[in-house]
Amino acid sequence: MPGNTVDVIISKMGGAGQTVTPQTRHAIEVALGGGSGPWWQQYGAYLANLAHGDLGVSLVAYPEKVSTVIGQALPWTIALVGLATVISFIIGIGLGTFAGWKRGSWLDNLIPVTTMFQAVPYFWLALILLLLLSRVVQWFPFAGGYDVNSGLMPGFSLQFVGSALYYGFLPALTIVLSSIGGWMLGMRNMMVSTLSEDYIVTAEAKGLKPSRVRMTYAARNAVLPSLSGFAISLGFVVAGSIVTEQVFSYPGIGQLLFSAVSNNDYALMQGVFLVISLSVLAANLVVDVLYGLIDPRTRAR
Amino acid sequence: MASTVALDDLEPAVAPSAKRSSLAALLPTMSPKLIVGLVIGAVIVLWAIVGPLVVGDPDAISTLAFAHPGTRGHLLGTTQTGQDVWSQIAWGTRGSLIIGFSVGVMATVLSALFGVLGAYIGGAVDEGFALFTNVVLVIPGLPLVIVIGNYVPQNSRGLFLVAVVLAITSWAGSARVLRAVTLSLRNRDYVSASRVSGERTWRILVVEILPNLIPVMASQFVFAIIFAILGEAGLSFLGLGASGTFTLGTILFQANQALALTQGAWWWFIPPGLVIALFGCALSLINFSIDEIINPKLRNSTRSQRKKWGLSPAQIKQLEAENLK
Repeated sequence: MPGNTVDVIISKMGGAGQTVTPQTRHAIEVALGGGSGPWWQQYGAYLANLAHGDLGVSLVAYPEKVSTVIGQALPWTIALVGLATVISFIIGIGLGTFAGWKRGSWLDNLIPVTTMFQAVPYFWLALILLLLLSRVVQWFPFAGGYDVNSGLMPGFSLQFVGSALYYGFLPALTIVLSSIGGWMLGMRNMMVSTLSEDYIVTAEAKGLKPSRVRMTYAARNAVLPSLSGFAISLGFVVAGSIVTEQVFSYPGIGQLLFSAVSNNDYALMQGVFLVISLSVLAANLVVDVLYGLIDPRTRAR
Repeated sequence: MASTVALDDLEPAVAPSAKRSSLAALLPTMSPKLIVGLVIGAVIVLWAIVGPLVVGDPDAISTLAFAHPGTRGHLLGTTQTGQDVWSQIAWGTRGSLIIGFSVGVMATVLSALFGVLGAYIGGAVDEGFALFTNVVLVIPGLPLVIVIGNYVPQNSRGLFLVAVVLAITSWAGSARVLRAVTLSLRNRDYVSASRVSGERTWRILVVEILPNLIPVMASQFVFAIIFAILGEAGLSFLGLGASGTFTLGTILFQANQALALTQGAWWWFIPPGLVIALFGCALSLINFSIDEIINPKLRNSTRSQRKKWGLSPAQIKQLEAENLK
C-alpha cells in the first residue's frame, strides 16, 4: 500500500502548525501499535490484540478505537440493508411463486421489466429517486441517517426510530427495487421446473387444493436454491451497499470503509474486513441451520 | 435428360430444410424477447464503435455551463464546464463496453480454467481448485476492488487495469457452476468411451465436454458483462475508476461531483445510466433465450397444457353423483 499511517498523521500535525520531533514520531508509532519486528511478529501481535477485542486505533476518527467506530456504524447498515434485503427477498419470492404458477399471466410478463431494474446501476436509481422524491416533490430528505438538526440522540425513542425510518426510506427503496427482480426470476424459473415434476401431477391427481399444491408441494421445493442465494446476499449485507451509502451520505459501514480507504486508515480497513468476513460466515451458518428446517432431506444424512 | 435436370434443381432446395445443421440447433429460436434484446444490444454496440468518430471533442470546454438539451447544437445539453454531454456519452459508452467485454472474456476463461479443468482432472487438483474458488467467492467483491483501486496510483489506472481487477473478483461463482456441470459430464458413458478409445485429454475436454458447456458459459459471459459494466460504474462513481478515459461511470462521477442533482441538471446524469440500463436489459433478454436452451422445461408451458386435461367442477360433481348411486 502506498502511504504510511504515521506519515499521514505527522503531515496533518505539520499542517496544523504543530512541531514534530523524532520523539513525537516514535510516540505515534507506538500508539498505532506498529513499527518494530518482522511482519510475522507484527501479525502475531495483531492476532493477540484481536483475541482481547482490541482492533487498534482509527486514524479517520483519531483517537477513537476501531471497535468503537465500527460499533457506531454497524447498526445503521444492518438495519437498513438487512431489512431491505429481507423485504425484497420475501416480496420477490412471493411474486416469483405466482408468476411461475400462472405462466403467461400479466405477472409473468412483468419479469423482464423487473430484470431491467436489476440491470440499472443502483446508485443511478438512487439519484433518480432523489431527483424525483426530494427535489421535484420534496417528500424525503436528501441525505443522512436521521434528523440531526432536531437535537435527537441515537437511541430507542419513538421519535428517533421514526426519524431513522423516514430517512432510511429512500435508500431502502433503492435496494429493494434493484434486487427484487433477481429473486423473482430465480423463483419463477425454479417454480416452472418444479411444476413439471411427477409428484406435482400426483398431488393434483389426488385432488388437493391448488393453494396446497402451490405452497407445500411446489414452492417449498422451488425455494431451496434461492435460500442459499439469500445466505450469500445476507452475508454481503454489511459490504454490499457502499455506493448507496455514499449517495445518501448514510452513516454506515460502507461509508466508513470508503473513508478508511481514502485516508490510508489500515487499522479501520482491517476491522471492517474482519466484520464483513464474520458476517458472511455467520449468515452461511444461519442459513445452513434454516435449510435443515425447510428441507428434511438434508437432515436425514 | 429432363429428369436429371429436375433432380439437380431439387437437391439444394431440399437439403437445408430437411435437416438443421448442428450449429443451427445450438442457436436459440427467434422469440420477440430475443429479437428486442439483440436489436437494442446491436444498436448500442454499433454506437460505441461509430459514435466517437462522429461526435465532437468531449473535453472541449465552453462558456455555456449547464445548458439545457437542444441549446446551440448541444443535443443533450452541457456540463458545468460547458462540455457536450452527447459526445461524452459516445466516448463513455465505448469505454464501458470495452471494460464489459474484456472482463467477460477474462472471467469466462478464468472460470473455465478453474471449474472445468479442475473437475475433469479430479483428485488433489480438483480439491485445490475448488477450495481456491470458494475462498475467492466469499471475498466481498466491491470492497476488495475499492482497496485495489486505491492501491494503484491514479495516473497509472487505465481501462485495462480496472478490467483485470473486476475480472479477478467475478469469476468464482461461474467456476462453481461449471465445476458441478463438468463433474456430471465427465462420468457420462460417451466420455468414458472416448477415454477408453485413447483420445488425448485436451481433445476430450475441447471436443467432448466443452460443447455441452457452451450454453452455460454463454449465459455466464453475458452476466459477466453486465456485472462488469455495473461494477465499473460503481467504482468510477466513487472516484476510483480509470483515469484519463471516459466511461459511463466517470460521467456519473463528474455529474455527482459538480452537484448536478441539486442544480437540476438531469440531462447530465440520466442519459449515462439509461444507456447502462438499456444495455443491461438487452443482455438479460438475450440471457432469457439462452436459459431456455439450457433448461427445456422453461420452454413449453407444461402445466397450463396439463390444465386442459382436467375436468370442470360441473363434470366432477356429476361423476361424484354417479359414484354415490
